[in-house]
Amino acid sequence: MDPARRLGRAQIDVFAQLGVSTILLGGIYALIAVGLTLIFGIMRVVNFAHGEFLMLGMYLGFWAFTLLSMDPWFVLFVSIPLFFGIGVLTYVLVMKGVIHASHNVQIFTTVGLSTALQNTALVLWSGDFHTVRPWHALRPIRMLGTAFNLSQVVAFVIALTLTVLLFAFMRFTHTGRVMRATAQDRDAAILMGIDTDRVYRITFALGIAAVGAAGVLVSPLYAVYPTAGLQFVLLSYVVVVLGGLGDMVGALIGSLIVAAVEVAGSYWFGTAWKEIFYFLLFIGVLVFRPAGLFGQRGAENLGV
Amino acid sequence: MLRLEGIDAFYGDLQALYDVSLEVEQGRVFALVGANAAGKSTTLRVISGLVTPRRGRVVLDGQDLTTVPAHARVDLGVVQVPEGRRLFPFMSVTENLLLGAHTPRARAERDATLKYVYTLFPVLAERRGQLAGSLSGGEQQMCAIGRALMARPRVLMLDEPTLGLAPVLVKRIFDTVRTINADGMTIMLVEQNVRQALTLAQRAAVLESGHLVLHGQGAALLADERLKRAYLGM
Ligand SMILES: Nc1ncnc2c1ncn2[C@@H]1O[C@H](COP(=O)(O)OP(=O)(O)OP(=O)(O)O)[C@@H](O)[C@H]1O
Ligand SMILES: [Mg+2]
Repeated sequence: MDPARRLGRAQIDVFAQLGVSTILLGGIYALIAVGLTLIFGIMRVVNFAHGEFLMLGMYLGFWAFTLLSMDPWFVLFVSIPLFFGIGVLTYVLVMKGVIHASHNVQIFTTVGLSTALQNTALVLWSGDFHTVRPWHALRPIRMLGTAFNLSQVVAFVIALTLTVLLFAFMRFTHTGRVMRATAQDRDAAILMGIDTDRVYRITFALGIAAVGAAGVLVSPLYAVYPTAGLQFVLLSYVVVVLGGLGDMVGALIGSLIVAAVEVAGSYWFGTAWKEIFYFLLFIGVLVFRPAGLFGQRGAENLGV
Repeated sequence: MLRLEGIDAFYGDLQALYDVSLEVEQGRVFALVGANAAGKSTTLRVISGLVTPRRGRVVLDGQDLTTVPAHARVDLGVVQVPEGRRLFPFMSVTENLLLGAHTPRARAERDATLKYVYTLFPVLAERRGQLAGSLSGGEQQMCAIGRALMARPRVLMLDEPTLGLAPVLVKRIFDTVRTINADGMTIMLVEQNVRQALTLAQRAAVLESGHLVLHGQGAALLADERLKRAYLGM
C-alpha cells in the first residue's frame, strides 16, 4: 500500500477512536451530571457532595465484586434501590433542615457532607487504590477500526438508558409533572395539594440513585479510592453550567462537549492537561454565556 | 361552613390582620373587598395555610384546620385561585389542569372534572397543548380557575380574578363565578370591582388596614353610605 493512503487511513482511525471515546465517555458523564442538575433544577440546591455518592457507588461495585464476585452490571439492581434509600435518608437527616436556608448555609452543609463521606470512606476502607477487573473489562471490542473494552461500551449503554428513563419519568409521569410544577412555582404547587417536602425527598433520592448507579458502572473503569468522586464532580459542574443549570437535556449535550474536550485534549496534549481544558471551557462559559450555552433554557425548563 | 375566628396574622413584625372573624356559608358567594394592602390576600393565605396566624382559628365544618399543613387542606376541599393566577408557565394547559387533580380524591374523578372544565371554558380545550405562559390574560385566568376546579373544591377562593382584564372579560369571569355557584360551589371572592362583587355575593365584608370594618348582606353593603363614599366614589 502506498504511504500516503496509509496515513489517511490512520487519520480516520484516530478520529473514529476519538469520536467513539467521546460518545462513550459523554454517556457516563451525562448520568453523573443529570442527578446534579435534577437536584439543582427542582430544589435550587447545589449538592457539593454529589461526587462522594459516586465514590460510594464505586466502592459498592468494588466490594460486591471482591467479596461476592458479583458483576457490577448486576450490582445495579441492588444499587438503585439502595442509593434511592440513601438519598431519602440524607434528605431527611441533612437536606430537609437547610432547604429553605440561605445559599451559604446550603453550601456549608453539602461541602461538610462531602468531607464527612470522604473521611468515613478513608477510615473504613483506607486510602488505598482499588481496581475492579471483571471479565468484560478485559474483553476488547473492535469497531470502525477502533478498540474499546466491553465494560466501557456496556456502561455507556446502561448510563444512556437510565438517563433517558429519567427524562421520560420527568416528562410523562404524574410525579415528574408534580416535580416540575414545584420547581416552577412552589406556592402554587402547595395550593394544588402538592406536598413539596415529599417532592424534594423524591428529587434528592432520584439524583442520588442516578449518581450511585454511575459509580457502580465506572468502578471497572477507574481506580476506587476515597476521593475518587472529585475528578468527576468537577467536570459535572462544568457540564451543568454548560447545559444551563437545571436543564436535563442541556446536561446531556454538555456531557458530550466536556467529553470531547477531554478526549481531544488528552490525545493531543496529554492526559495531565484535561482538567486545564475543562476549566478554560468553564471560565469561557461563565464569562461569555453565564446562563449556559443555550441561554435561559435552564431557568425555563426547570428539571426537564 | 368555613369560619375564621379572631385571626391575627403577621409578616415578621408587620401585622397584616387584626382579630378577623367571618363565616362563609355553604352554597353561597362571600365577597371580601377592600383597598390595596388591606389584607385580603393575607386572609386567603391564612385559610389556605400559606400564612400561619399568630392567634385565632380556621374552622371547616367544625374541624380546626390550624394545624393542618397547607397541602393537606386541598384534600379537605379548601382550594384557592391565587392572585396573579400563578399558572405553571412552562407547562401546557392540559398539564396545568391535570396538576389541579393531584389529591387522591380529585384524581379519582379527574376525567369527569376535566370534561366539566372544558365545557365551562371551551377555549381551554382549543388551547390544550399551548404553554400556559403564552395564553392571554383572560385565558390564563380561565385556566387558573379550571385548574382549581380540577381539585374538586368544597369551597373555592378566588383572589382578584378580574385584575387587569378588559371589561368584557371581567363580565365573563363574573358570569363564570355565577355558573359555578349555581352548580353548587361555595365561593369566597376577593375583588376590587366592589359593585359587581357585592351584587353577586349574598354576604360580604370590607377589610380596611387589616380590620374587618363592615360585614353583612351584599346588597345591604352596597347601600351603605361609608362604603359608597370609600369604594364607589359616590
Ligand atoms: N410576603 C409578604 N411579606 C411582607 N409583607 C407582606 C407580604 N405580603 C403582604 N404583605 C403586607 O401585608 C399587608 C396586606 O397585604 P395583602 O397582600 O394581604 O393585601 P391585599 O388586600 O391583598 O392587597 P392587594 O389588593 O394589593 O392585593 C400589606 O401591607 C402588605 O404590604
Ligand atoms: Mg391581594
